[in-house]
Amino acid sequence: MRSRSALKAAVVLTAIPLAVLAATSIGSSATKARQAQSAVSGSITFDGIWTGQEAKSFQQVIDAFNKVYPKVKVSYKPVGDNLPTVVSTAVAGGHPPDMADIAQPGFVKQLVDKGALKPITYARSTFVANFSPAWIALGTINKKLYGLVFKASNKSTVWYNVKAFKDAGVSGPKTWPQFLHTATTIKASGVPPYSIGGADGWTLTDLFENIYLRQAGPAKYAALTAHKIKWTDTSVTQALHAMALVVGVSGNMAGGTSGAVQTDFPTSVNNVFQNPPKGAIVLEGDFVPGVATVKAKAGTDYNEFPFPSIGGSPASALIGGDTIVAFKDTPAIEAFVKFLGTASAAQTWASRGGFATGNKRMPASVYPDATTRKTASAIAAAKYVAFDMSDQQPASFGATVGQGEWGLFQDFLRNPSNVTGIQKKLESSATAAYKKGK
Amino acid sequence: MSAGSVTAEPSVAAAPPGDTGPGLRRYGTGALFLLPAFVLLGVWIVYPAVYTIVRSFYGRSGFGDFVGIDNYKTLFTTSTLTTAIKNNLIWVAVVPAFATAIGLIFAVLTERVSWSVAFKTVVFLPMAISAFATGVTWRIMYVQDPNLGAVNAVGRVVADAVNPPGVLTDALPSSPGLTGTAQTGMVLKTPLHLGSVAPIGLTGIAPDQVPSGAKQAVLPPSRPGRIVGVVWRDFKPGGGVPGKVEPGELGLPGVTVQLRNSENKVVKTAAAAADGTIDFGAIAPGTYTAGISAATFARPWPGFAWLGTKLITPALLIAYIWIWCGFSMVVIAAGLSAMPRDVLEAARTDGATEWQVFRRVTVPLLAPVLSVVFITMIINVLKVFDLVITLAPGSSQNAASVIALAMWRTSFGGINDFGVGSAIAVFLFLLVIPVLALNVRRFRREV
Repeated sequence: MRSRSALKAAVVLTAIPLAVLAATSIGSSATKARQAQSAVSGSITFDGIWTGQEAKSFQQVIDAFNKVYPKVKVSYKPVGDNLPTVVSTAVAGGHPPDMADIAQPGFVKQLVDKGALKPITYARSTFVANFSPAWIALGTINKKLYGLVFKASNKSTVWYNVKAFKDAGVSGPKTWPQFLHTATTIKASGVPPYSIGGADGWTLTDLFENIYLRQAGPAKYAALTAHKIKWTDTSVTQALHAMALVVGVSGNMAGGTSGAVQTDFPTSVNNVFQNPPKGAIVLEGDFVPGVATVKAKAGTDYNEFPFPSIGGSPASALIGGDTIVAFKDTPAIEAFVKFLGTASAAQTWASRGGFATGNKRMPASVYPDATTRKTASAIAAAKYVAFDMSDQQPASFGATVGQGEWGLFQDFLRNPSNVTGIQKKLESSATAAYKKGK
Repeated sequence: MSAGSVTAEPSVAAAPPGDTGPGLRRYGTGALFLLPAFVLLGVWIVYPAVYTIVRSFYGRSGFGDFVGIDNYKTLFTTSTLTTAIKNNLIWVAVVPAFATAIGLIFAVLTERVSWSVAFKTVVFLPMAISAFATGVTWRIMYVQDPNLGAVNAVGRVVADAVNPPGVLTDALPSSPGLTGTAQTGMVLKTPLHLGSVAPIGLTGIAPDQVPSGAKQAVLPPSRPGRIVGVVWRDFKPGGGVPGKVEPGELGLPGVTVQLRNSENKVVKTAAAAADGTIDFGAIAPGTYTAGISAATFARPWPGFAWLGTKLITPALLIAYIWIWCGFSMVVIAAGLSAMPRDVLEAARTDGATEWQVFRRVTVPLLAPVLSVVFITMIINVLKVFDLVITLAPGSSQNAASVIALAMWRTSFGGINDFGVGSAIAVFLFLLVIPVLALNVRRFRREV
């Protein structure tokens, strides 16, 4: 209780300079609104979750913008992971920033429902030219364009130990049956095919979501995300059965079932990246190499292939990403939003690393290394693109240690034969969470 | 809600000197001196406590949502929360008793050794480490794989001495020739006669687990009057054809193959050569089967799943006692050194054995100190939090949960239900109160 009031005080303190900035930006931009597009001027306050190196990279993007629009001043404030708290307090206080980038799609929707965000319809034509429809759909809420997923991460990558694959004589499988066959071959070669980080529930939900997106398709994925279809739906049954083919056989996992339940995510990565490996494959996003603490080189020690297609599903990507939104409507903001949708904005950050974009106009050669080039260009090319489901659900269901989805998927890992029982529990937990969330 | 700081109250309350003379001024000065303490207590103890109690009667969305005692009903009907309460009872039952007993034993024994300071330092050292760091350290020590976890590494040394692991610890029968598993042993399906050749192909053997000196496997030609065969790693990159000896597939030297007669009795054994070939030598005519016994595949001891749901609470208790027995030892040792020696001497002169001295003299004289340690431990244990959250992996936290952890997880860990969270906090507060009262009464008596 104590920390809450302290937090409030901190939020109030940060909100005051914001309010001042916001007021000045309105004043200066209003007078110059009628000037020609090329001479747009004004100032923009921008609250972002990017700090440190990422904040520096975004500053480079702003500098690139200023080469085109020298009279617009963008003040970026690195707020960090507390951004939802800071922004929602600022909105409640009536002094939101001009723009922000938000990692939680659920929070973007919340802001739209509150009427805090301005549609960015003016940028639609720019986006359509640069992004596939799936990406524009990610920023569309209630049929209006509100956001641009500027920086994304690919959660549909599968990482493997090169030596284990070579010893087993297999290479990156393209389809689900090939994938399962590859695992069988690797098992026969004497290495457990999968390393599962089951102590962290989110690794399991990511696996489920990857399967579900491909098997049930984007429409059902969106419906399940919003809890418009039940977790007892047959599409979920199918996806869980498919998932059981991976996590259902103790001998298929490094350390067996009991080992997998206790393995945290970093260990599951090290299991695959070390030599000799404890497991051949780890199913997680493009951030996997950054987590490994063992020495391993991309391409020679470890490598990656896209999550295989299931039942002929087209190229699909489960992503996490930061969405750019605007709280006001001024020529300066319009110019900046449009600029962020261009290839040159993406290019500025992509060349510095740690960045992926859905912008199909940006040449893949910009990415600093071969692995990033592959994982990052995969998301721009994907036909099905979906946000991580558990990030969009109420936190008590989608993001709480040992409870809701995380806890129940761990139960499923312990006892993968009980598909129906898990579905019932998921449904009742989801029902409670969605009721509370309202 | 910190119970530790609540204990400060009686000493503050005892401060005002009421009998030193009348006069407003005197009271005014007294009140002035008390003011800072009252303000601090009010802001940091009374206000949050009252706020929490009031908040516990409201729902998740805030003060607009009065729910009466529903939050308390939730507390006693939600399985994750009742587990937390049950676990806390186990903690209270186990930790204070063990920590006090072990501390007492250490304190009494260290009195007798010349290097007692060194010993006490070592035992006390865990107190100097934050519980957070202790949790991380023990979590690593408890890892199930004996190659990684120190606790299970010790267990493996013992277990493997009793049950030595086999030559091949991980192997699968290569279909379709063999039946059985590594646990039961494997047997070749086709019966063998004189002149038969037995191909025993195994897979699931990592390249670095192939016995050293292995060479390209060879399927030996049939020999009249004998049964021969080959044991080999039936795998080459890509998989190969199961049951067929192919280039690139290695023999498994040292693997012992048993030849069984029609009554399933082992009549002969043979060890495979470097190229995997086996020869049972001269045998009587008849029908035989060949196979590999389970002992060959015996795995090394897998280790206890300390961090699994079943053992996590005992694992936590051990780590917690490890931290706190240093504290109890030091306090008890202090009590011991203040004890009148002549009483002990008198008892010994009267012919008491060392055990009698300990049981009848030392322990009764130490009783006040022991009760301090015991009560302090109960309070500590009721509040335990940091060790549990760092030591128990996410997948075991439901099983390991204690009241304080349940409060944190409910309030801040994603559920963000301050109503139920406050109810848990109030419940914890109620549990601590009787122990505190006991402590306060004891203070009074001592003063």
